[in-house]
Formats: sequence, C-alpha cells, structure tokens
Amino acid sequence: MKSLAELQAIKDKMKDKVVIREGANSTRVVVGMATCGIAAGARPVLGAFVEAVNESGLAQSVTVSQTGCVGLCQYEPIVEVYEAGKEKVTYVKMTADKAKKVVEKHLKGGKVVVEYTVANCE
Amino acid sequence: MKELSLNILDITENSVKAGATLTEILIVEKGDTLTLTIKDDGCGMSDEILKTVENPFYTTRTTRKVGLGIPLLKMAAEMTGGQVKIVSSTKEIDHGTTVTALFYKNHLDFTPLGDVKETIVTLIQGHPDTDFLFTHQTTNGEIKLDTRELRQILEGVPLDTYEVIVWIKEYLNEQYLTVLDK
Repeated sequence: MKSLAELQAIKDKMKDKVVIREGANSTRVVVGMATCGIAAGARPVLGAFVEAVNESGLAQSVTVSQTGCVGLCQYEPIVEVYEAGKEKVTYVKMTADKAKKVVEKHLKGGKVVVEYTVANCE
Repeated sequence: MKELSLNILDITENSVKAGATLTEILIVEKGDTLTLTIKDDGCGMSDEILKTVENPFYTTRTTRKVGLGIPLLKMAAEMTGGQVKIVSSTKEIDHGTTVTALFYKNHLDFTPLGDVKETIVTLIQGHPDTDFLFTHQTTNGEIKLDTRELRQILEGVPLDTYEVIVWIKEYLNEQYLTVLDK
C-alpha cells in the first residue's frame, strides 16, 4: 500500500534538489487546457509530456505547464514549445504518442517535428 | 466531452482561474444517481454573470473564461433527466462558487464518469499552489485525497514534483482498487 511515510521519504529525498530545479529550466512546454483543448483530448497529451520529460531525464531543463484557449480551437490539442533564444514552435492536433515523439526528437534531439506543427497543417 | 471526468477537469479549471485557494470536488454515487459538486472559494460571480453562464450564446469575449464549460456540463446532466445548479457569491466573507450537477446513471444517455484519477492528477500537476479536496463516495466505500494534508508532509517540496505526482497517481489507483474489490 502507498503510505504517507513514502511521501515523507520523497520529501526528504527532494528537499535539497528543489533549489537546483528552479531557474535552471530554459524550455517550456505549454498545453492548452481550456474547454476546447480538454474536449479534444489534451488531458492524455499533458500526461504523456509530464511522463516522457521525466523519464528521459529532462526534468531539470524542461517544465510542462497548462494554459487556456489560444484561439485555434479547431486545431486542439495544441502544444507550444518555448526555448530560450528560439522561435516558439506550435504543435497541433496532438496525441499522447505524438507527445512522446516530440519529447524524443525535439526536446531531447533538438529537431522540430515539422509534420506536427501548425505550419504543416492544412 | 467523452467522459464526465473531463467536464470535472474543465469546470475546476474555472475555479482555479477565479483565484480559489481550495476547491472541493465531491462525487456521490447513490442508487441510480450521481451527484457532482464542485465548490470553490474563488472570487465568485455576480448575479448578472450567473444568469448568462448557462447559455453559450450569451458568452462574449469578456466573459469568455466561462465559455462552453457550463453548457456542456448542463447538457450532459439534462440528457439523463438531471440538472445543474450554480450558487455564487462575491461577498467579502464566504465568496466563491458551487456547481452541483445531478445525473441519472441508468439513463441511456449517461456519459460514463471515466478516469477521475487522471483529472485529479492533472489539476494538481497544473496548479500545485492551490489546494484540492477530492472525495468520491460509492456504495462500496469512499476515496479521498486532500492536498493540504500532502502539503503538510511535503513541507517545501512542490506538489508538482514528478515523484510526488507518481505517488499521488499510485495512491489513488490503490484506493480505487480497494474500494472496487469490496
């Protein structure tokens, strides 16, 4: 059984790391979580990003957060990637599988997955 | 919305946007009814806005933070013969909004509840600085999660720390398994 003692152990382990984590992040992944995004399937996309970013060891440099409607409801779920010194990349019609690919190729490999971007959308 | 849990996520996002410090999500399953209550201590809505939130066509860009969320929840409830009630106050003391939705589970058009755990985890992950009190009562037992309790144990460690999020996910999973096993 999961116990509160386990949570205590997590706290003890993480306590020192928290300071390092703040400020070190240079890349932001933002998932649209308004009614339009949620209805189109943003929840599993967000979950996939959180999991994949942490599983690939990118937690120190990438934060995953949520935002409201960006006004392109027909292209939801929409994910925006902000990297320091680079132009914003907007991914549209995302799925959990596409999210994993974006983490692997773009966030880890440094190459934008062009076929998922808004520029490539009909 | 394919699952009620997505409506819950959507409506609770409004509470967070209204500046709530604590949002209570209560699901009560009793007989053939499911009652959902989302209660926040956010800024609340004036009577004027309250009158318009249920109608999507009255929504203008200035009140867009409400948008289609309430109409979609209302539709899902009314399709089963149920209803949605909203009570809100902007008073200095006890301000906030309470949305209550009643569903009849045996109705053909009842939208399945879906993955509530994932909704709760998503809310905590996205809003680690606000508190959520989640309670799901079924005839088999009760599932409960209070982020204020977790926060106390975690002291300064943020709730959206990946290890904590994984713990919450597994904790809820186990709670549901225990209740469903009965």
